[in-house]
Amino acid sequence: MSAETTQRRNVKDRISSVPRRGNSAVITLLAFFSALVVGALIIILATPSVMTAWKDFFISPGHALAASWAAVAKAYGSLFIGSIGNPADIAAAFRSGKASDFVSAFGPISETVVSTTPLMMAGLGIALAFRAGLFDIGGQGQVILGAAGATLAGFAFPSLPAALHLPLALLVGAAFGAAWGFIPGILKAKTGAHEVITSMMLNYVGLNLLTWLLTTELYQAPPRIQSVSKTIVEAARLPHLAGPSLRMNWSFILAVLFIFGVSWLLQRSTVGFRFRMLGLNREAARVAGVHIEGQYVLAMTLAGMLVGLAGAFMVLGVDYRMAPNYGGTTGFDGITVAILGRGTPVGVALSALLFGAFTAGGRTMQVNTNIPLQLVQVLQAVLVLFVAAPGVIRTIYRIKVSRAGRVFGGWAG
Amino acid sequence: MRLELRGITKRFGDLVANDRIDLSAEGGEIHALLGENGAGKTTLMNVLDGLYRPDEGAILLDGNIARFQNPGDAIRAGIGMVHQNFMLIPAFTVAENVMLGFERVSRLGFLDRPRARSEIRDLSKRFGLEVDPDALVGDLSVGRQQRVEIVKALAREARVLILDEPTAVLTPQEIEDLFAVMRSLRESGRTILFITHKLKEVQAIADRITVIRLGKVIGTVRPKETTEEQLASMMVGRGVELTVAKGVSKPREAVLSVRNLIAVDATGRVAVDDVSFDVRGGEIVAVAGVLGNGQTELAEAIMGLSSEVGGSIRISGRDLAGASPKKVLRAGVANIPEDRIRDGLVGAFKISENLILDVCDERPYSRGGALDWDVIKRTARGRIEEFDIRAGSIDVPASTLSGGNQQKVIVARELSRTIKLIIAAQPTRGLDVGSIEYVHRRLVQARDQGNAVLLISAELDEVFALADRILVMYRGKLAGPFETESLSRERIGLLMAGSGSSRKGSNP
Repeated sequence: MSAETTQRRNVKDRISSVPRRGNSAVITLLAFFSALVVGALIIILATPSVMTAWKDFFISPGHALAASWAAVAKAYGSLFIGSIGNPADIAAAFRSGKASDFVSAFGPISETVVSTTPLMMAGLGIALAFRAGLFDIGGQGQVILGAAGATLAGFAFPSLPAALHLPLALLVGAAFGAAWGFIPGILKAKTGAHEVITSMMLNYVGLNLLTWLLTTELYQAPPRIQSVSKTIVEAARLPHLAGPSLRMNWSFILAVLFIFGVSWLLQRSTVGFRFRMLGLNREAARVAGVHIEGQYVLAMTLAGMLVGLAGAFMVLGVDYRMAPNYGGTTGFDGITVAILGRGTPVGVALSALLFGAFTAGGRTMQVNTNIPLQLVQVLQAVLVLFVAAPGVIRTIYRIKVSRAGRVFGGWAG
Repeated sequence: MRLELRGITKRFGDLVANDRIDLSAEGGEIHALLGENGAGKTTLMNVLDGLYRPDEGAILLDGNIARFQNPGDAIRAGIGMVHQNFMLIPAFTVAENVMLGFERVSRLGFLDRPRARSEIRDLSKRFGLEVDPDALVGDLSVGRQQRVEIVKALAREARVLILDEPTAVLTPQEIEDLFAVMRSLRESGRTILFITHKLKEVQAIADRITVIRLGKVIGTVRPKETTEEQLASMMVGRGVELTVAKGVSKPREAVLSVRNLIAVDATGRVAVDDVSFDVRGGEIVAVAGVLGNGQTELAEAIMGLSSEVGGSIRISGRDLAGASPKKVLRAGVANIPEDRIRDGLVGAFKISENLILDVCDERPYSRGGALDWDVIKRTARGRIEEFDIRAGSIDVPASTLSGGNQQKVIVARELSRTIKLIIAAQPTRGLDVGSIEYVHRRLVQARDQGNAVLLISAELDEVFALADRILVMYRGKLAGPFETESLSRERIGLLMAGSGSSRKGSNP
């Protein structure tokens, strides 16, 4: 074996082992902690009163520190209250037993669930592609297509009974998303075009396709002045989980089922086995008789379907109609969720929950303090950065890595 | 120059790669360093080369302690290294390659090529190296490129030359020529450290032999006072059978029939050039040849891994030329690929998973698309026993196993399927002696059960030990087949270098 292949292999081993190398849970926790520290610094810098206190640091250092602590505590406190709720309110709701009290006490959790669900689905699809060695950057387009499909089915058959209409809307949404994943898959299989480039370009196509659809007679809501779609009829909507006042709906339950489903697929099915083989060592998969091109198409289609369902869930469960740029950054956030979740379904579920909580809590934080919502995005970005580059965390906290992993193909010979 | 190592210790974490190594080589001596793969030879060389710093111990040159911070220090101190993988730029001439990194410039700032050229000519003449300073390195044979590496070291005034497995890529004739060069270097008073795991070679050329095993020096002996068997048991730590016990072959009808096969390599160059041969059930046919003469592409073409093939490949009568790998595997072909880590295993997968790579969709391992982990695990435990795979459990990643155990995983997987033909490409390369014995025994056993075995190997010892008939591959063409008994080492050496006479088609 030549030095070059050894070298290449070492690099490959390192890359593929990054998300799984020992005590990764510790690293994630430390990354989370570090992200909070960075966030705290930003809160201090972004709060004018605290900065004023720091100017007088040499006169009254205690004041500067106290002001900083107060600002950080308030910001993170409202992040908590906005995502999980105020314990006092929850206790009061149970005491009074009044429905309106429950609604306001569980509102934050409901909002967290609402934000979590699409992230979970998008992250799941992208993680599935990851495991097969594919990088699906086309989440944004797939979300839009999934939502557009569900919307179309949702308003086009006003007389269908709910038992048929909702499944139909979900199916059409899934199919539209799957189609948007199939295209980069088939292009890669037939022409070798890189899925990163093709799926990214399809984002623009999807985005503009939506803008155009919202001007067509088929989609645009009468009297066709505003650029919004027709509204999905009642029968096609995902039912609420806890009454109409809380936006939390059945899509969350479905997403959790999909987490289990993809877990099963990856660990217990031949399809998943081939995906993982392909993702970890393409050459070995080829030699073992795996039809690689077919797997590319299948993996991208499944990924597109799952991400498309994220869009379908949003529109069938919360919004009931589409506007331009529908889905926002869900497709991209899915990538971060997949990375933070280390490509495993359970990891995706947990990181989607975290990001969902951040999003819901961030809104409350923005209202209660003057810290802009963007802080939450900074927190997420820093967190993912630390997780994706565990070397940084190891350096900061001086964690020793066992060398055993490096011996393979290294010193021997 | 006298080279002495005193108590060199080099650790990687918990692993002691070199454990108090003592060794001394005099000027005018060829000192062989003999050890198995993984014994710590390369680590020791990298310490000498300035790439690693030893944790303990010292290097002495003519009695003075030498400290190397980097390879440049080692070169300045007079240590020249000829690596296993050459560090040459193909697009440069010999002279440019020799100058690289040590460029001399004339007064006007131009490279002083004439001086480099004449220097190379002098060295070449003095040591019988036959190197043309103006030849492009890319045009030279592997043997010649190795000479360029030696010239490079000599031009930098190396007085200690370290040759790391220099014979691995050479034909038998080229090895003889290299030995002649080594002898003339010895006469000039240079110290030569010759690293190898080949017993015959150390016996042929070395003045003294230091054997290391698991990072420790086992002993230093003189070739005349020892035998190959003794060296082998020093190297391995126990008695070793150097020959494979194997009865007369009882060939049946042809299982593999290749006719006029043409295959191209990754760059589109014709690598297998109109080749025809048969392999019958119950026999081992070896394809001998120096690496890179089309053997890799031959194996890939048979396995359905080439993009373009011409001609026919019949397996039990069915033409499978251009068929998918899946079809070939299903036709009953076991594949032991040349690059086991790249092509044969998924390093991050558990042993149990690696044991079903190419049968994951077959019963009893799966049913209706769902894997049956109970069966997979139970089978894996059985295979570990049966094939003597040394591993903590069936759940450890294959990448943590030694090369020998990795190969056993592949052998276990491939030989446990329903097969009639085995394609084994360099099946023992880089393995320890124990694993080599094991793989050989298994191949002979498979033959005796009536399977056809196509062994592709660059190791002549292996070819002679296993083959019933031998084909020799040179630049994509095959010579032979020859009955093993009728072929001498000299003859096969000539054929491997392309200068043999009869290159005839097949008449099995």
